[in-house]
Amino acid sequence: MNGRVVVIGVGNPLRGDDGVGPATVEALRGRVPDGTVLTVSDGEPARMLDLWRGADTVVVVEALRTRPARPGELHTLTPADAANRTAATASTHALGLGECLALAEALGRLPKGLVVHAMEVADVELGAPLSEAARSALPDLVDQVAASVRHAYGSGHEG
Amino acid sequence: MNHRGTRVLRLDALARVEGEAALHLRVEGDTVTETRLRIYEPPRFFEAFLTGRGHTEPPDITARICGICPVAYQMSACRAIEDACGVTVDGPLAELRRLLYCGEWIESHTLHIYLLHAPDFLGRADVVELARDQRAAVERGLRLKQAGNAIVEQLGGRPIHPVNVRIGGFYRTPAPDELRPLAERLRQARDDARETVRWVAAFDFPDAVCDHDLLALRDPGRYAIDSGTPAVVSAQGRGPASRELPLPDFEQHVKEGQVPHSTALTATLDGRRYLTGPLARYAINGRWLHPVAAEAARDAGLGDPETGAVCDNPFRSIVVRAVEVVQAVEEALRIIDGYERPPRPAVGVPPRRAAGAGATEAPRGLLYHRYALTEDGTIAEARIIPPTAQNQTAIEEDVRRAVQARLEATGPAADDEELTHLCERAIRNHDPCISCAAHFLDVTVERR
Repeated sequence: MNGRVVVIGVGNPLRGDDGVGPATVEALRGRVPDGTVLTVSDGEPARMLDLWRGADTVVVVEALRTRPARPGELHTLTPADAANRTAATASTHALGLGECLALAEALGRLPKGLVVHAMEVADVELGAPLSEAARSALPDLVDQVAASVRHAYGSGHEG
Repeated sequence: MNHRGTRVLRLDALARVEGEAALHLRVEGDTVTETRLRIYEPPRFFEAFLTGRGHTEPPDITARICGICPVAYQMSACRAIEDACGVTVDGPLAELRRLLYCGEWIESHTLHIYLLHAPDFLGRADVVELARDQRAAVERGLRLKQAGNAIVEQLGGRPIHPVNVRIGGFYRTPAPDELRPLAERLRQARDDARETVRWVAAFDFPDAVCDHDLLALRDPGRYAIDSGTPAVVSAQGRGPASRELPLPDFEQHVKEGQVPHSTALTATLDGRRYLTGPLARYAINGRWLHPVAAEAARDAGLGDPETGAVCDNPFRSIVVRAVEVVQAVEEALRIIDGYERPPRPAVGVPPRRAAGAGATEAPRGLLYHRYALTEDGTIAEARIIPPTAQNQTAIEEDVRRAVQARLEATGPAADDEELTHLCERAIRNHDPCISCAAHFLDVTVERR
């Protein structure tokens, strides 16, 4: 089995719905196979590249700010989708995920498997809790991420 | 100008400023009549959030203000509370704190130099474009940044929002053996740090002069990082010197006023515009650079720091940052080489009814905290004066000058796109850490 799987929840839990990534990672504890790396990040590209060094599969969980927003709407993106999509919509993090993926590609550091789960959000006020819309959509997001992790191990066995 | 009437340009531009901000520029004819930098600033929220908490909590809470410089917030918070409680942390504990802080300087400066600032000088849209044709340089930057990250992770307990810092010291201190791999890594980082200075020194720098007063901590005998007394070099009669502002009087000299366009408070120092950050630190502390860093500074054309050289061109701040990375690497190695595990991981900090202030040098400049405590250590009042709010007026003035100089230049008139880019560059020179969150700089150029 070649499965080193890293899940990265990107976001700031102190900024309302920006915290959906970290909240998802929290909810995954105990629900993914031992050895799966569960981690959070502020999305800064150099740190993201470090976090997925040596990983076979990376699952990123991220908040997306869109105009107009449909808070709670979930998206599963391939790296190419993510690069385009985040440019068009804007991830909420300093150098966006799109730029981070493009940098990884330019440096030959994209992991073999990469999937991005994102939730559309609207409210990223400092000190705000997760919005009702984000809270209701969270269990589905957690299920989707857990499924991606299982799938990563499955394809590891096959490969 | 060909434009008639009022024209407003709005751009969702600029990921390359940490945080979120907006700039409004008004141009009437060939004159810049207004520059307003609007900053959405978390420290105001945190001051309220801290009130009513216990005196042990600020290091953990304020570390959340900034993902790029959490250590700075922790260190200023610790110093302020220890000051209130009449406790001094010195010896090996203070050295370990300084080591942790060196890690943050290396990380933060390297991030800014390579991922955010260098593309401006090399005509690249961003670091992705830079990585395509200068891959080795970008790899060097990532490697160097990682060395800083390793220090923060080792001493802070994790790479972001370190959890191992407490008032009085640390929860756990490392055995000397545990620091050995760090030293090995830092010895490799030395070459990368010196190469970084050479790399940036060869950039093409626009002519520019800033005449802000300069404020930085002064810590005689060593380059100020985690301690020192605020000192000022006046714009008139630069040179060694300066006057000192004892920390208890800091808020009598540095006055903050609310301006309508910003949630940040803009600061003046004795009524005057001033700048904090690398240019100020270099002017005030240059003579105490490690010989290797001083040599790198001289070779890079920054003048002789031992005689109090001042760098007045804000575009060259990238060179000063690179020199400070050399300094931080050398300083970290010195500390590790001389390290002995302290007898206790922390000294006791029993609360008392008092107020205390603390200031340290965040990568972006002087970061001041003050706390008033009740008998049981409950925080009655919290005050945080971050470097970017202090620099706001100076940054606006730099933007105004850069645009004005461009408008007066001969040749084709500048279009909005060019002016926007110029504004962004003038802002990025000061590495404003506007928040660690959502990040839009909307630039509006209004022409009449």
